[in-house]
Order: sequence, then C-alpha cells, then structure tokens
Amino acid sequence: MALAGLFLITFLFVHLGINLLLLVDDGGELFNRAAHFMASNPLIQLFQWVLFAGFIIHMIYGIILQVQNWLARPSRYKVEGYSHLSPFSKFMIHTAAIILLFLVIHLVNFFFKAKFGHIGEVNYEGMVLEDMGGLVRAQFQETGLVVFYIFALIILAFHLHHGFQSAFQSMGWNHSRYTPFVKILSTLIAILVPLGFIAIPICIYFNLA
Amino acid sequence: MDFKLKIWRQKSAAVKGRFETYKVSGITGGTSFLEMLDVLNEELIAKGEEPVAFDHDCREGICGTCSLYINGRPHGPDDRVCTCQLFMRRFKDGDTIIIEPFRARPFPVLRDLVVDRSSFDKIIQAGGFISASTGNAPDANAIPIPKRNADKAFDAAACIGCGACVAACKNASAMLFVSAKVSHFALLPQGKVEARERVQKMVAKMDELGFGNCTNTYACEAECPKGISVENIARMNREFLSAKLVTDK
Repeated sequence: MALAGLFLITFLFVHLGINLLLLVDDGGELFNRAAHFMASNPLIQLFQWVLFAGFIIHMIYGIILQVQNWLARPSRYKVEGYSHLSPFSKFMIHTAAIILLFLVIHLVNFFFKAKFGHIGEVNYEGMVLEDMGGLVRAQFQETGLVVFYIFALIILAFHLHHGFQSAFQSMGWNHSRYTPFVKILSTLIAILVPLGFIAIPICIYFNLA
Repeated sequence: MDFKLKIWRQKSAAVKGRFETYKVSGITGGTSFLEMLDVLNEELIAKGEEPVAFDHDCREGICGTCSLYINGRPHGPDDRVCTCQLFMRRFKDGDTIIIEPFRARPFPVLRDLVVDRSSFDKIIQAGGFISASTGNAPDANAIPIPKRNADKAFDAAACIGCGACVAACKNASAMLFVSAKVSHFALLPQGKVEARERVQKMVAKMDELGFGNCTNTYACEAECPKGISVENIARMNREFLSAKLVTDK
C-alpha cells in the first residue's frame, strides 16, 4: 500500500513535468514531441504496465484494508470519534473514490483517445506527430470539465497530504532527524503537485498559454 | 452538580442493548467519574433496579481496568488520564453525558459498559514475553544498556493495556498497544533474542483476532492515558518488515 503509493507519487512528478511543457509558448511543439516520446519509447511502453500494476495494487490493497477496518467495528458509537486527528486521514477511501472516477474520465478523454481513437496530426520539419497538445487545448475549453479537473485535483491534494508522510510511518521510516522534514515535504507535495496540474486547464481556459 | 446520563444498557453479549437515561444530583466537583457511577448504582439498588456494570479496579490510573467511552472519547474529555482519574469538575452543572462501552469486534460487550478485553491477553500470550528462565533478579547494570534505549523501552512499557487506543481508532486497530509491547522488548538486550519471532507472532495474532489496520490517523496517541507515542508503531513496522525479509531459520 505504502510502497505502491510512493511509486504513484513519482509517476505524478513525471506526468506533471511533461504537462508543464504545454505552458511553453511554442504552439505545443515541445509537448507533442515529449508525448510522442512517451507513447513510442519501448522502455516506457514496458514501464506503463508497471504503472498500471502500481495503480491496481494500491487500489486492491486499499479496498481490502478498508473493508477489514469497517468490519473491525460492527456496532458504531453514538457519539463518533471526537479525538483530535487530521481531517485528511479520515477520508482516504472517499478521496480515493473521487480520484478513481477522475482517473477513468481522464483516461477516456486523453489516453484512450490517443491510443485507440483518431486525433489530429501536426508536421514538424517533416516529422508527423499526433497533436496531443491540440487535443488538450480543445478539451479544456469546456467549462464543466475544467471545473471537474480542478475539484478532483484539490481532492488529490488532500489524499497526498496524508498519504505521503503516512507511507513513511507504515514502512517504519521514522527518525527524529528526518520525520519532521518528511511531514513538511508531504504538505509541500500536496500543495505544489496539484497546483501545477491545476495551472494547465486554468491557463488554457483563460487563454494564458 | 446535577447531570443527565445516557448509559448503554445491555443484559448480556447475546441480547441487544439500548441507551437508558438517568439523573444524578448533588455531585461535588471532587467526585471521580467512577464514584459518580457508584452514586448512581447505590440509588438504582435502593430502587430495586439493576445497577450499571462497569469495569474498575485500582482507581489510581495504573491497572488499566477502567474503560468507558465518554462523550465520544475513551476515558473522557481529559488528556492523559484514565476514567478513574477523571473528576466531575471537568463537566458543567446540568451537562448530558453519554457513556458507551469501548467498541470493537475483538472487544465484545459482556454486560452494560463491561467489554471483554482478553484479546489483548491473547496477543501477549502469542509472544509478548521473554522465554528464558529468569532466576533471581539480576544485578543492576550487569548488562549495559544505553540510557536512551532504557528510556524508550520504559516509555513503551508504561502501556497499561486499557484498550483506549482501540476504542479511539476509527479502524479499531490495536497497533499502538501491540507496538508498545513489541518496542518494550525489542529495545532491550534481553528481548532482542526473540525479537523477530515475537513481532511476527504478535502481529499475526492481532490480525487473527479481527482488529483493524493502522491508517496513521494517530487518534490512539491522542487518547492514550499513558501518552504512548506512535513512534512505537513505526518501530514495530520496521521490526516486522525486517523480520519478514531476513530470517535466522
């Protein structure tokens, strides 16, 4: 659970790095080249399956653990837990459900379209590439989709805020020297990564990039 | 002071329970929570009614017998105390106090507010001990132990096994209790010998008994009357992983 979660966070960084290329003012060329590389490099194609496995393991473990947790208290309290605890940690399964819904919509909108559908093409000095940048720009003209993306990414922020530092505790990586740093890093990742992703639909929608 | 009490009444593990409302009056601030329940029980007995069953023993915060989930918190609204050390001055005159038993699948209600916490004993029986014959008390300092380890082991050993961690945890997880016991031994040379085997057996027993999993919400630490740190949970996870990865057998 923890390891799969940390692995998925490294994927978020790669994904964000490539997405931010959309904000480069070159008509989407750099992004399209990067997208083409990601879609054609055999090593990355292979690693894609590792990534899918990471998602599946994280989800299956998450569901098993949650079901066990629900079963561990068959009769509930009249007054529910008052104990001071982080609000983010209480709703991991709920934020996870929203993120999963987002993931499905996201894959249908982009990944499956690029893999199995037809999208426009662009020509860079004789090299014909799929116009992923154009697809992203077209999608993010829709207000509903942009709002949903922003909402889902805020939910992702909550999930990451608890998840990152929690993974360290679960792995037993606890030390007076680095645990405070891990907690700060967790907050930073939870704010900066979703913020980076949110910047893209916002910039495209308002014609800033 | 006068209080309205909503208390969980349940005749036995086999029958369904329900909340009953009682009134107690003329309670002084210096009355402990358990003494307040004693007052109520005296009145109930005088009226020919069945008194409220609740666990208690030493009444000085060291035995871990008293329990009660008071207004949404195990051992009530004060931090770092057991129910026996909770005084009625902590409440306001006229307050309604909701008293429930600790709730978890491995802690079935036996009667009213009394729950069966023998699951904790079963976890200890699975490995929470040192099997070497101890003989007489050894000389102090016969085995050198770093002060820091001795302190941390002592902090972990402060766990009185009351079950507040399980009661507070949204997952009814026993990780704080088990990790305190694992840490207490793993930090000391006498306990190190069997450390790998111990952590695996105790965790396996904990899972078998149906406690939930740790999701690092730390309500256990917040509610522990002895202030056991979740650092112990990280230590147990570390011990468990290394025991699974490396074995002497």
